[in-house]
Amino acid sequence: MSTIITILVVIGALVLVAAAVFAVHKRDLVVATVATSVISLVLSLFYFLLQAPDVALTEAAIGVALTTIIFIVTIKNTKRFED
Amino acid sequence: MGLSLNIIDIIVLAIISVALILDFYRFVRGPLASDRVMAADTMTVTTASLLVFLGYLFDRYIYLDIALIYAVLGFIGVIVIARYLEGGV
Amino acid sequence: MEQVLTYLGYILIVIGAIFLFLGGLGIVRLPDIYSRLQAGTKASTLGAMSLILGVGFLNPAWLVKSLVIVIFIALSNPISSHALARGSYRHNIKPWSKEDIDAYRQYLKEEGQKEREEEAKQTENKD
Repeated sequence: MSTIITILVVIGALVLVAAAVFAVHKRDLVVATVATSVISLVLSLFYFLLQAPDVALTEAAIGVALTTIIFIVTIKNTKRFED
Repeated sequence: MGLSLNIIDIIVLAIISVALILDFYRFVRGPLASDRVMAADTMTVTTASLLVFLGYLFDRYIYLDIALIYAVLGFIGVIVIARYLEGGV
Repeated sequence: MEQVLTYLGYILIVIGAIFLFLGGLGIVRLPDIYSRLQAGTKASTLGAMSLILGVGFLNPAWLVKSLVIVIFIALSNPISSHALARGSYRHNIKPWSKEDIDAYRQYLKEEGQKEREEEAKQTENKD
């Protein structure tokens, strides 16, 4: 694998960990939902680089639309800020 | 993988990586929820174009489908969050 | 002919990458959510469309599918931007304005006026 793609993988891993920490530590649940969406984006990029396009396709379709909709409907029915 | 890149490919990949880092910086810093949603949306579009370019480099036709999924479905989550911020879902 | 398509494709790809970078820079540098939406949507849309079209020119068998992706990005990205701006405004987020933050310049202007009045008084006394 070429050097620039290795650098891309390292950047993606750092973004993944930072977004995961963000999703856990934020009190605003809408922000945590968006962080989950970012995690799904980077995971899809990783599946892509690991030569698994079907898994990446499923991850993209579920993570970018379905998870966000379900979480937002749940937040609307409960409350936005964590205690 | 026998991946042969010329200098323009490397420069383009580096520029897109820097753009992704800048978007993620605004995602971490942004004071409001709207800023973060906007940064995530921009990251989605940037990642879609990165996936198309990597699909060209790997020379696999099916890789364009993932970018197509991001282009078609990427706005639904943003619209749902915007409607929630506006008052009703 | 293939040479021309290759050059055109690489030019479009480099332009697209530069516009994606400019979109990221605008997101970091601009002062409030509405102006950040301009940078994050307009520049990124142009960059993504140009880059994907460039890939389509580089590999002409992919041109139809890349055109489909370009059309979907051109349709869906402004929708999300518009919805987000409208939602933010209805959520009572005020747009950034210069009058709120330029208090120091106003202070300097008042100070300058006081100094000028004092100078005028002194010159009157001398006369």
